[in-house]
Amino acid sequence: MSVLVNALSRGRGGLFALAAVVLALLAQPARAELRIDITRGNVDPIPIAIPAFGGDDDRAARVGADLAGVLQADLERSGLFRGIDSRAFIQSFASMQVQPRFPDWQAINAQALVQGRTATMPDGRLRVEFRLWDVFATQQMKAQAYVTEAGNWRRIAHIIADQVYERLTGESGYFDTRIVYIAESGSQVKRVKRLAIMDQDGANHRFLTDGSDLVLTPRFSPSTQEITYMSYYNGVPRVYLYNIDTGKRERLGDFPGMTFAPRFSPDGNRVIMSMARGGSSDIYTMDLRTLERRRLTNTPAIDTSPSYSPDSQYIVFNSDRGGNQQLYVMNADGSNVRRISHGEGLYATPVWSPRGDYIAFTKMAQGRFFIGVMKPDGSGERLLADGFLVEGPTWAPNGRVLMYFRQNPSDARGLGGDSYLYSIDLTGYNERRVVTPTEASDPAWSPLIP
Amino acid sequence: MKIRYLSVVAASLLVAACSSGPQEGADTSGAGKGAASSVTAPVPGSPEHFLANAKDRVFFAFDRSDLDESAVKTLMGQAAWLKTYPNTKITVEGHADERGTREYNLGLGERRANAVKTFLQAQGVAAARITTISYGKERPAVMGSNEYAWSQNRRSVTVVQK
Repeated sequence: MSVLVNALSRGRGGLFALAAVVLALLAQPARAELRIDITRGNVDPIPIAIPAFGGDDDRAARVGADLAGVLQADLERSGLFRGIDSRAFIQSFASMQVQPRFPDWQAINAQALVQGRTATMPDGRLRVEFRLWDVFATQQMKAQAYVTEAGNWRRIAHIIADQVYERLTGESGYFDTRIVYIAESGSQVKRVKRLAIMDQDGANHRFLTDGSDLVLTPRFSPSTQEITYMSYYNGVPRVYLYNIDTGKRERLGDFPGMTFAPRFSPDGNRVIMSMARGGSSDIYTMDLRTLERRRLTNTPAIDTSPSYSPDSQYIVFNSDRGGNQQLYVMNADGSNVRRISHGEGLYATPVWSPRGDYIAFTKMAQGRFFIGVMKPDGSGERLLADGFLVEGPTWAPNGRVLMYFRQNPSDARGLGGDSYLYSIDLTGYNERRVVTPTEASDPAWSPLIP
Repeated sequence: MKIRYLSVVAASLLVAACSSGPQEGADTSGAGKGAASSVTAPVPGSPEHFLANAKDRVFFAFDRSDLDESAVKTLMGQAAWLKTYPNTKITVEGHADERGTREYNLGLGERRANAVKTFLQAQGVAAARITTISYGKERPAVMGSNEYAWSQNRRSVTVVQK
């Protein structure tokens, strides 16, 4: 068995070593392998068997069972997989060296099988290994082992989910990620908003602010260690930075007007945002190292919601310079502005996909709101979700899934009006509520955790 | 004269109707003072006096920031009061209804607050006395997802600083 340490990574709440070990493949690929086409849309989820990861001791066995559950839930939420009920399983695994009895798994129509094992190392750390099998081709597709602090087992489950997803779809996964969003409570006229963060599956939820100041529109830095957001701290609405490791908050720059709609540049060295002053909102960048400020637009219009292309060459933004809200793209230095939205209605909150191939947006037409995507040249517009109010799309790091919030109408007594997070595939299928402890808005999806 | 009297009453009613609105939370210590001022006349130049003598808010059309006839009338009243009490300072809040996106509405609220500030300046109120703040769609005054609520929430509110 070859052993190769290929990852040493910083994790939440301090440093921890995560060693990924490539296991030798037990079988060589020979024939057409299992593959999921995620560009098609309404696919039948493929049946996958994920038995509890066996453990060498009680603690390892408990973690192994929980880990398999988290892994299965991740894959099922993607809409591409259906976990097979463990009561149907015929074979149980005593060791990683045991080959699957493929007829047993074929009999319950498992297309894919994840075989896993957990063990406690002499130093107390947890070792997790897994193999992904193509049941009908009777071949191993992937094998890997990880060593980490025992408390990090959920993260290992997400990393394995990403590995399985990537191996079977050919696209990178999005499970080892976090969501920062605005937790909401209280009546419509006295809304309390708090910055909150959680794992992509809702675990490890934490409130980052206490609700005493109105906070809006958080977004992750590429390192996932910082958040930029807007706060009304001391009654002065400005853009802030929040360091997740230290909990430190700082106001970004000393602008003479309200700053809002912040977003990091792809390299994390700048924040791009709007400043409103004298009735007009313009787009600025601020270099986080030199604190140098640069103005990119200069019109009487409201220019806002800027978002960089992943190669940092272009910026898409929202402006009413033509009379109403439309989407525009400009070069990163502010030159060569051209309008890209041309459909019926108003367009807002453009966000460039991390893959670069689409721009997601909010659209308002005929009294309804829509979440849609278009190509960066404005062609190929497609609407994915609609409602009384849907707003604020954010991309999963693989550019295949979007999250946004959906608010229902309220009545004159203020009943209703509830707001929650949803995710949907780029294909327009698999819309799901993202479970949060309170009402929620303004989601931002992190990149894969480094 | 009769009409003028009625408009003051209407302004007072409007204030009363909005007393459960955003200002309630800010004024936690004023319960006794508020009760007293409803019996005795408000101190001239005080925030209460402003509310008793001028309308504090103007309304806007969807996605607009221009001032209609009624807004102009309200703001003339505000300007007259502000010129009578030149030591007062105000904050003009700009608000939007829920039928827009959050970030754009922040810009729109600022544009509305600025329209009011510009008008008051033109009436002779010094710019240094006027602070603006936009709340976008974050602080509606009236609950409900209907045309009436939206028309009441697309507003500016002039608040005399204490």
